[in-house]
Amino acid sequence: MLARGGLRLDGLVKRFGDVEAVAGVDLELPPGKLISFLGPSGCGKTTMLRMIAGLERPTEGRVYLDDGDITDQPPHLRDIGMVFQTLALFPHLSVAGNVGYPMRIRGAQKPEIQARVDELLGLVSLHGLGDRRISQLSGGQRQRVATARALALEPRLFLLDEPLSALDANLREQLQVELRLLQQKLGITTIMVTHDQREAMTMSDLVVVMNQGRVEQVGEPLDVYRHPGSPFVASFIGRTNLIKGEASDGQVRVGDRPFHVDGVVGSGPVTLSVRPEDAHLQTTPAPERNALTGRVVFVRDLGELFECFVDCGLDDPVVVAGSPRERVDVRQGQSVSVVFPREACVVVEG
Amino acid sequence: MRALKWVLTTFVVLFILAPLIVVAVVSFNQNRYMDFPPEGFSLHWYAELWNDVGWRDAIVTSLLVAATSAALAVVIATPMAFVLRAYDIRLAPAIFALGILPFLLPPVISALGALVFWSSLGFSGRLENIIISHAIFFSTLPLITVSLAMETMDPALPEAAQTLGANPRTSFRTVTLPLLVPSMITGYAAAFVLSLNEYIIAFMVSRFSVVTLPIKIVNDLRYGFTPTIAAVAVVFILIATTTFTLFALFGNLLKFLGADPAILERER
Amino acid sequence: MSEVRRPTRGSWAVLAFPLAMLTLFFLAPFAIMFATSFYHRIEGGFYEPAFEFASWQRLLQGVFLERTLFSIGICLLAGAVCIVIAFPFTYFLTRMRRRSHVALLVLVMSALVLSEVIVGFAWSVLLGRAAGISNILVWLGVMSEPAAYQPSFLAVLLGLSYIAFPYCILALYPQLSRLDPELTEAAQTMGASPWRAFWTVVVPIGRPIILAGFLLAFVFTLGSYLIPAFLGRPEHWTLSVFISDQATFNANVPFAAAMALFLTVLSLGVVGIVTWFEGRTRR
Repeated sequence: MLARGGLRLDGLVKRFGDVEAVAGVDLELPPGKLISFLGPSGCGKTTMLRMIAGLERPTEGRVYLDDGDITDQPPHLRDIGMVFQTLALFPHLSVAGNVGYPMRIRGAQKPEIQARVDELLGLVSLHGLGDRRISQLSGGQRQRVATARALALEPRLFLLDEPLSALDANLREQLQVELRLLQQKLGITTIMVTHDQREAMTMSDLVVVMNQGRVEQVGEPLDVYRHPGSPFVASFIGRTNLIKGEASDGQVRVGDRPFHVDGVVGSGPVTLSVRPEDAHLQTTPAPERNALTGRVVFVRDLGELFECFVDCGLDDPVVVAGSPRERVDVRQGQSVSVVFPREACVVVEG
Repeated sequence: MRALKWVLTTFVVLFILAPLIVVAVVSFNQNRYMDFPPEGFSLHWYAELWNDVGWRDAIVTSLLVAATSAALAVVIATPMAFVLRAYDIRLAPAIFALGILPFLLPPVISALGALVFWSSLGFSGRLENIIISHAIFFSTLPLITVSLAMETMDPALPEAAQTLGANPRTSFRTVTLPLLVPSMITGYAAAFVLSLNEYIIAFMVSRFSVVTLPIKIVNDLRYGFTPTIAAVAVVFILIATTTFTLFALFGNLLKFLGADPAILERER
Repeated sequence: MSEVRRPTRGSWAVLAFPLAMLTLFFLAPFAIMFATSFYHRIEGGFYEPAFEFASWQRLLQGVFLERTLFSIGICLLAGAVCIVIAFPFTYFLTRMRRRSHVALLVLVMSALVLSEVIVGFAWSVLLGRAAGISNILVWLGVMSEPAAYQPSFLAVLLGLSYIAFPYCILALYPQLSRLDPELTEAAQTMGASPWRAFWTVVVPIGRPIILAGFLLAFVFTLGSYLIPAFLGRPEHWTLSVFISDQATFNANVPFAAAMALFLTVLSLGVVGIVTWFEGRTRR
C-alpha cells in the first residue's frame, strides 16, 4: 500500500491575542504511522491538531500534506477524518446515519452508502447496530462510531483529539489496543493528541513531546523514555529521580559524592535522571561511587510492586521501585543507601 | 421548617387557584348575573362561544393572528439566533439587545410606536398591521429559545460536519437546523400563546376595525358582564392544563423548564 | 477565533433579514414616536408636525411625577411580594417528590398562559360584591354582608403579583434545581437548623437570581395595562394605563409619546442601575 499522509509543519505559530499557544514548531512526520502529540494541558498540542485540521488558522507558518500546501484550505476540503474529544456524534441521526453522513452529503446513492456503512461497522466491531440512536449506546460503542465515521472516506490523515478521555480506565486501555490494531491494519497516518503518557507509550510509533507551545523532543516511545532530553521530558514520561550535581572537567559530584556518568564534558551544574526501577536499595554500607545515603521516609508495598521513598538530602525524596523479587526488607526511619548505576544515569541538563 | 413548607405550598396553590375556581363557578351559572351561591347549572354560556357570531369571529381572528405572527416571529428570530451564536461577531451583544428590547419594554410603548408608525404610513386598523407588530414584539421569545439551544449545542458538531466534508451551508442544513427544530417549536408556541392573549398592541393598532378575543372581552366588560367571558377563561385554562399535563406525562416537562439532570434521576 | 466561527459573507446576508425587520418595524416606529413627541396636538385627536416642547414640559407637572412615583412604588412592591413568596416556594418545589413537583409545575404553567384580561376579570369577581370572597364569608356566617374590595390599591397589588408570579418561579427554577442538597446538609452537620441553613446558605447563593427575578417582576408589572385599569381607580393607575389613556381617550398622542419615551428610559435605567450595582457588590 502506498503510504500517503506525510505531514510537514513549517514554522507554525498560533497566537490568541497576547497568548502564544504554539510558539514555533517545525516537524516532519512520516506517513503511515501513529504519532502522538503528548504534553500537559495548555502545551499547545490540541491547537496544533486543529491547525492541521483547518479548524484554526496559523498566525505564522505553513502546513504541507504530501508536499502540497494546505494551509489555506478550509476543513471541508481537506482529506482528513477527525475524532473530537466530545466525539461530536450527531444526536439526531442514528448510528448508520452518522457513519454514512460523509457519503450522503456527497450525493452517494443509498445502496452504496448502506454497503459502506456495514463494512465500517464491521471494522469497528459494531455489526448490526446501525439503527440504534446515539443515546442508546455505551461510551465504548460511541467511541467506535466516531472512529468509523471519521474513516468512512479513507482519508489521508486520521486525527484524534483526546479520543478516550471520557472513558473509564479499563475501557480506555482496551480501546487503546483496539485503535492501535485498527490503525496498523489500515496503515493510515494517524495523529493523536493526549495528555496520558501511558496511552502515548502504548499506541505510538512516534511521540512528539510538547511543553508551553514548543516541541521538546521527538522520538520512538522507548527511546524517549530511556533517553529523555530534558528534565521536563524525563518527569513527564514515566517517573524519575532528578538529581542535581556539579561537573568539573567531566567529573560529576552530587553533594560530596562522586558519580560516574557517561557523556559529561566540561564544567557547570548538571541534572541527572535515574528511573526508580534502575536505582537499588542497599542496607550494607554504600559504595564509593554513584550512591547516596539517607533515611527511609515511606514504604509502599503493593504486592505486585514495591516502592521505597528515601530522603537523601535532595529537593525531593528519592524513589526506588522494583518487582517483588527485588524487594528489600526495610522499615521507616531506617538508614539505607541508594545506588544509581552508571548506565542508568542520563544527563538531562547541563 | 416543614410546617413552613406546607403552609407556603398550600397558600400558593390557593392563591393561584382562587381566581380560576371563581371564574369556573361563574361560567356554569344559569343566571346572567353573578351571584353566590350560584343558582343552577348551565352550559349555555359555552354554547354562546360557538353560536354568537361576535365571539366566533373574535376567536377565529385571534387564532389567525397568533398562528401567523408566531410563524413570522420564528422566521425573524431563528437566523438571528443562529448567526449570533455560530459566529464571533463583535457587535453581537448590541444586536442581541436589539432583539430583546421589543419584549423587554412595557408593551404600551411598542403599542404606541406601532400606532404612530402605521398611521404615518396611512395604514390603519388592518389585520396585517397587528400580525407584523405582534411578530416583532414576540420575536424575542424564539430568539431566546433558539439562542439557548445554540448555546447548549456541542460546538464540535459543526466542526465535525466540516471535517466530514460539509461546507458551512450543508453543515447548517444537515446538522444544526435539525437540532434547532425543538427550540423553534417552543418559541413558536410561546409567541402563539402570548399573541392570543395580547391586548394593548392589538387595540392601539387596530382601533376599532379588527376585533381579537382580548379586545372583545374588554369591550364586553365595559358594557356589563356576561358569563360567556367566564366561559372563555375556563376553556383557556382547560386547554392549558391539558397540554401541560400531557407534556408532563409523555414529554419531559422538568427538563424543558431547565431542571438539573440529577433531579430527573432522583426517585424520592 | 476558530476558523469555523469566522463570519462569512453568507452569514451577514442571513442576518440582514431580521435586522431589516427590526429596524423597519421597531426602530423606525421608535424614531417616529420620538418625533411625534414634539408635534403639535390638535383638538379632536390629531396632531401635526411641529417642534414644540409642550408635551415634554407636561412631564414636569406634579400629576405626572406623582403617577411615576406611584407606578415605581407599586411595581417594586409587587415585585418584592412576588419574589419573597416565589423564592422559598420554588426552593421547596425543587426538593419535592416527583409527583407533587410535576403537579405544581403544571399548575404554575397553566396560570402562565392566562391573559391579563382574564386574570383581571377573575380577580374583579373574587374581590367583588357579587360572587367573591366576601360572599363566601357571608355564606359561612363570618360576615354580615358582602363587601367589594375592588377597585382598590390592594386589588391592583394582588393582580400584579398574580401575573408576575409564574414568571418569577420560572426564572428561579433552573438554578434552584441545581442547588446541591449537600450544601444544606453540610450546614446542618455543623449545627445549623434547617431554617438557619436556608438563610445562611440558600439565600446568599441565590442572591443573583433573587435579584433577577425581582427585576423581571418589576419590569413586567410596570408594563401591565389591564390589571391596574381593571382593578384600580384612576388614582391607582400606573404609567402604562396613563399613557394608553392619553393616546386613545384623551387623544393627545404627542404627550403620550413623550411619556412613552420617558417610561423607556425609566425601565432601562432601573434595569441598568440594578445590574450595575449587583455587578459591583458581587466581589
